[in-house]
Amino acid sequence: MTDAPPVEAVAPDQNDPAVRAAQEARLRAVWKPPSGWFRRWTDVNNNRVGVWYVLTAFAFMLFAGVLALVMRAQLAVPQNDLVSANTFNQLFTLHGSTMMFLFAVPMFEAVSIILLPQLLGARDLPFPRLSAFGYWSFLIGGVFVSGSIFFDAAPDGGWFMYPPLTTRTDLSGLGADIWMLGLSFIEVSSVAAAVELIVGVLKCRPPGMRLNLMPLYAWYILVVAVMILFAFPPLIAGDVLFEMERLLGWPFFDASRGGDPLLWQHLFWIFGHPEVYIVFLPSIALFAMLIPTFAQRHLLGYPWIVLAAVGTAFLSFGLWVHHMFATGLPKISLAFFSAASEAVAIPTGIQVFAFIATLWAGRVVWSTPLLYAVGSIAIFTIGGLTGVMVAIAPFDWQAHDTYFIVAHLHYVLIGGTLLPLFAGLYYYWPLVTGKRLSDRIGRTAFWILFTGANLAFFPMHLSGLEGMPRRVFTYPAELGIGGLNMASTAGAFLFAGGVLLIVIDLALSPTRAKTVRNPWRAGTLEWLALPEDEDWGIRSVPLVTSRYPIWDQPGFVEKVDEGRFFLPDAEEGRRETIVTSVVDARPIQVARLGTPSVIPMVTAAALGSVFILTTYHLYWWALAGAVATLGCVLTWLWTGTAEIPEKPCKAIGRGLVVPLYLSGPAASGWWAMFITMLADATAFSGLLFGYYFFWTVHPVFPKPGFDGPGAFWPMVALALTLASWTATVVAREFNARGHVGVARAGLGIACGASLASVGAGLAGPWTSGLDPAAHAYPAIVWVLAIWTSAHAGVGAICQGYALARSLAGRMTPTHDADLRNVTVYGHFLLFTAVATYLTIGLFPQVAA
Amino acid sequence: MRRLIDRVRGLTVSLWTLIVPPSVWAVHFVFSYLWAALNCAKVGHFATFPLLYVVGTMLALLTVVGAGIVASIQARTPGGDPPHEQSTDSDRLRFLAKATQLLAGLSFIGVVFTAAPVAFLTDCR
Repeated sequence: MTDAPPVEAVAPDQNDPAVRAAQEARLRAVWKPPSGWFRRWTDVNNNRVGVWYVLTAFAFMLFAGVLALVMRAQLAVPQNDLVSANTFNQLFTLHGSTMMFLFAVPMFEAVSIILLPQLLGARDLPFPRLSAFGYWSFLIGGVFVSGSIFFDAAPDGGWFMYPPLTTRTDLSGLGADIWMLGLSFIEVSSVAAAVELIVGVLKCRPPGMRLNLMPLYAWYILVVAVMILFAFPPLIAGDVLFEMERLLGWPFFDASRGGDPLLWQHLFWIFGHPEVYIVFLPSIALFAMLIPTFAQRHLLGYPWIVLAAVGTAFLSFGLWVHHMFATGLPKISLAFFSAASEAVAIPTGIQVFAFIATLWAGRVVWSTPLLYAVGSIAIFTIGGLTGVMVAIAPFDWQAHDTYFIVAHLHYVLIGGTLLPLFAGLYYYWPLVTGKRLSDRIGRTAFWILFTGANLAFFPMHLSGLEGMPRRVFTYPAELGIGGLNMASTAGAFLFAGGVLLIVIDLALSPTRAKTVRNPWRAGTLEWLALPEDEDWGIRSVPLVTSRYPIWDQPGFVEKVDEGRFFLPDAEEGRRETIVTSVVDARPIQVARLGTPSVIPMVTAAALGSVFILTTYHLYWWALAGAVATLGCVLTWLWTGTAEIPEKPCKAIGRGLVVPLYLSGPAASGWWAMFITMLADATAFSGLLFGYYFFWTVHPVFPKPGFDGPGAFWPMVALALTLASWTATVVAREFNARGHVGVARAGLGIACGASLASVGAGLAGPWTSGLDPAAHAYPAIVWVLAIWTSAHAGVGAICQGYALARSLAGRMTPTHDADLRNVTVYGHFLLFTAVATYLTIGLFPQVAA
Repeated sequence: MRRLIDRVRGLTVSLWTLIVPPSVWAVHFVFSYLWAALNCAKVGHFATFPLLYVVGTMLALLTVVGAGIVASIQARTPGGDPPHEQSTDSDRLRFLAKATQLLAGLSFIGVVFTAAPVAFLTDCR
């Protein structure tokens, strides 16, 4: 930790226009985007990366929409032969997967990357290069997955990829690998975005913006990003098991060799249901911003909305089995999930009522964005009501796998995600481009979309109840559902017409004149943005004392513009933003931000190559890609993080002086490490769940004849991990007290112990001759041992890195962020090792 | 009593305390799921009056109610002016406490909802 000695600050005279102009010139120079045909793509500023992100996600949405139109054309009449059954399978799988993984989730991340710094009066998010890395990962993975359909190699097992259809290589081709590995890669970018957004909300708020003044959008983003940490990793764990089965024949989901296909369903839906709320809440968050603007008053029931967001986040993790009501689980288990599914209607209802109450209490301006918002609430409510119906197990048994479910989920997603995003598009377009979209086109498009959505999806309730199953490529005329299907098809094309109108509206935007600043007369910070492009984010970081500072704080906009708040300058020619404390937003640091660099893009390409080459079984090349990724990451960290500043502190205006370097729990880097490891630990618990799941489904587990890995080697590995952890903690403490030599020795010992624990961890299953392809028991033991050993290997790299930083003089007793972050990794590694080695080493004895 | 209320109001409030009630719901939910899954998979049935389950549920409800009472006392901390939307210590405390109190209410309903099936279902079919 760095103490802040007082620095004599000479305050600049903000009344002097020349001073202000010089500050603006410096800021403009520092935030100048890179130019040139290639270098422009190395930009990392949120306003540019966010726009690329949005446009790419929008393009994927249009692509997935076209797939849907082909499906609807095929289903328009009975016994149609427009596309083959095989193509149809690829169409619906790719439609669902693209809409979820390449549109809904990335779109939330994209919009947040654009909006969040503006909403929080920050110059940028805390890790701009991480945002860029996330974007490039998303682009590479997205093109890989969705492009596969042009080679007739798209995944065709449904967006949830149930085994054994998808794990048997004789039943499903390369598509399943493309799905698994391509989307795993995109999950990495989602976790990266979650880290960025959580740290952004918690640590980059403007001074004075305590938790009770945070814009509700930021609350929602915080909640959703935390949900990603707990929802995506179980799917990553599932993906690991799935690919082990497909590529190596380890039978996790193969019932004939002790596996269980239900394990995949559990892991998928532990991700899959929270996912619905992960795409719903950020869209609702847009309402929380635009409804007060058009009701011209503060939002009613601020704590109630926070209750709704947090409550929904928690309850959404207790719903996953309602996708598995028809799998034959005991009714008592189904009832628990049915109860939670009903309970989640409470917080969802609360937020809808809070919005209605705000409109009721305000003086409503009937703008185009509000029209979209109100229309989508209506559609969403219908979807919500059918949701309450299918949450009841006996009804679900009737409706399961029919078009009733298709109708339900599309009402929810169109009302809860797509139309709110269009509302946000019309609301925030002036913020991003400085121009308004056409009200006339927007309103026309709205009514077309609204009619189209209802015409397409309402008849599906009926065709489902009439008995039309999901995922069939055609149906017989005798079923009597030809008319309903024709209506759905007409509605789908009508809806597509509405989307096309919006695209035309967007395309016309460059021809239109700039609008005024803050055209909707909103009260929140993001509307400080100028219609003319300025890349610095905000002229000076304000002191916030209200939820709607532009409305409530006198002379607010002028003070921001005249640099009368904090950090109005960039004297040292560095990109900077203010870091504040979590609860009360007191300024605690000026953080230096990452500048444009090719490293994020190259790292994403290297990591992408690992996933893509593995898909084609080019394992040696994939290994080369992994080594390249490691090299990129180390270069990135070495050159771009935990830099020791040229002076300890900096004056940020109004007599405040704050440090330029922080380490430990106050620092944003520490939080990023903590959050990443939380996601990692969640993925691990998914694997551990697999072990105990197998124990519950087998009368005798471990299966007789598979004696291993024994207690000895697991206990040795555990002892070595404990030694490594202790040495790291000792190194941290001695380093902080100035005993650098002891600290370096400690790190050396820790690194050696970690490496030794890799060998000891694998020795257990190896020496006992467990054959992972023979049965699910040896397979899950091997996976746990490999996972933990791989983490120990990464731990050794971390410890070696900290040692190298110390030797290179880049880490000192007062600048010890690297070592503190490595210690956080060590805590989680120890937790992983304790759970793994106690389980695989001692549980067989206990179970026997 | 006065002293006790003051002491309660002096308790630290943070994002961690905010999530105490829903975390209790989550723990109870996992407990319910494991209790049923283990009983049905390993024993084949569960008791008509499952003592372990009833005690676990009571414990969860008491914790939620306790958190709710603490939060409701804190939510009425005097000081500041309505509508209590200022950047002050007391308004921040009131907000976090209010949100915690509401979450306690929701979590209470959630726990009761989760436990209800055990009162009606008696076997592992």
